[in-house]
Amino acid sequence: MLEIKSLGKTYVTGETATHAIGNVSFAVDEGEFVCVVGPSGCGKTTLLKCIGGLLAPSEGEVVLRGKIVTSPPEEMALVFQEYSRSLFPWMSVRSNVMLPLRHKSIPRRERDRLVDDALTEVGLAAFVDRYPWQLSGGMQQRVAIARALAYQPSVLLMDEPFASVDAQTRDDLEDLVLKVRKDYGVTILFVTHDIDESVYLADRIVVLTQAPTEVKEVVPVDLGPERDQIATKELPEFAQLRTHVYRLIKRERSGDELHGIADLDVTAVGDAGTVGRSGE
Amino acid sequence: MSPRLYRSLRLGAEIAVPILILLLWQLWTVHADDPKFPRLTTIIGEFQDLWLFSQFESDVLPSLERVLIGFGIAVVVGVGLGIPIGLSRWARLWAMPHVEYWRAMPPPALIPISIVLLGIYDKQKISFIAFFCLFPILLNAIDGVRGIEPTLIDTARSYGVPWRDTVRRIILPAAMPQIFAGMRTSLSLAVIIMVLTEYWSSANGVGYVLSNAKNTLQMGPMWAAILLIGLLGYGLNLLLSLVEGRVLAWHRGYRATASK
Repeated sequence: MLEIKSLGKTYVTGETATHAIGNVSFAVDEGEFVCVVGPSGCGKTTLLKCIGGLLAPSEGEVVLRGKIVTSPPEEMALVFQEYSRSLFPWMSVRSNVMLPLRHKSIPRRERDRLVDDALTEVGLAAFVDRYPWQLSGGMQQRVAIARALAYQPSVLLMDEPFASVDAQTRDDLEDLVLKVRKDYGVTILFVTHDIDESVYLADRIVVLTQAPTEVKEVVPVDLGPERDQIATKELPEFAQLRTHVYRLIKRERSGDELHGIADLDVTAVGDAGTVGRSGE
Repeated sequence: MSPRLYRSLRLGAEIAVPILILLLWQLWTVHADDPKFPRLTTIIGEFQDLWLFSQFESDVLPSLERVLIGFGIAVVVGVGLGIPIGLSRWARLWAMPHVEYWRAMPPPALIPISIVLLGIYDKQKISFIAFFCLFPILLNAIDGVRGIEPTLIDTARSYGVPWRDTVRRIILPAAMPQIFAGMRTSLSLAVIIMVLTEYWSSANGVGYVLSNAKNTLQMGPMWAAILLIGLLGYGLNLLLSLVEGRVLAWHRGYRATASK
């Protein structure tokens, strides 16, 4: 349903051109959960902004259900990493979730129901009248997810959404996303730098190279539809996949070091299988 | 410090210190017996005679009206121009030299030409106040709009929020804290300019009373006018900060959590 075709992005500032994305192609099927992982600074956010229609690609195109994406499509909702900067601090939780629905021609009652359902889905029904900044980081990201859900997208784009919450909250939010996917039947494209997270969530993982970014490998994840924070992560297949993805990225990384760039936190990789979790 | 102690200390500073100063004034003027510095009791008597309420309608109300209308126009125009200028680099390129030129203009320099062009009545006074109050609001609105977190705008765009809603529900509230900062500066300026224009040429208003008192060498009314003008400024500021407290209630809480 969503195709990324030979997408490239070059930033030009004055006389210097930065070749951020080289040539990226992959496709996402209806109802699929695809994670995109790559070394830090490989242009994951740029890629996602191009897919979401916020940035025009320099080369190639994004096709959503047969239509080329030139501006943010109504069938897509984007959840940003910085929840504190994407929620409107002068609006209550309810108004934040309501905002994208105001201009849609939906009857008022229906709109209220969508908002209530979305907030109930993420477990925030009791916090509708609070301001976002009165909530914890994890709860704020739940508000952002509820806002995306109320918009009723067929594709949910998530840009490292859990990169700035603590580990336990992250586990809860990962399970929440899996639940949301099941309840709302939404297709999810999830960008992360956390290898564990990608293996735990995805049906397929798109591994990217260093900038200028290309697709290094697409890794299928055959762990079944039901995932569990403890049981799934104990499976030998989980460990194999994690190691495999990690090796792919590490090879990218050592390529970096030859060029004197080393911004990944290798020590954090050891047992957690996480790359650069402390960064960004 | 306990909150209660803090509150009473603040209240003390707000009320007790001015009272102390007035008492000292009274003691000193009784002792000095100088006609240039009338006794507090004389000033208060004059204050009552003038403002409560014989000349309230004829002089205080017109002055207040000029301040409020002029300030109101400045707010509407300043925000109305500040948002598009803040949003567009081209508009800034074009507008900023003009803004910088006129905001550096000392108000008295324009009094003669404003009288030639607009006369000496309300039209001139209100335009004059509005013109000089415009700049702090305009500049702050421009800055406030430029400083908006880009992710907020991206969020609105990705959800297809129409431009009109984006301006009304996102850009305007996001710039509001800075707009209020400009309004605070402008309101004080409005009082200054009101007195200035009325002092220069007018048939009524508190500035006119002041100038009249000077011309007839009446020290009592002069001091009573000074006291009133100070109170007007103080009261108007208080009113604005009450409005601000309501409109920007979210901002105080937000800042408090953001700085943690």
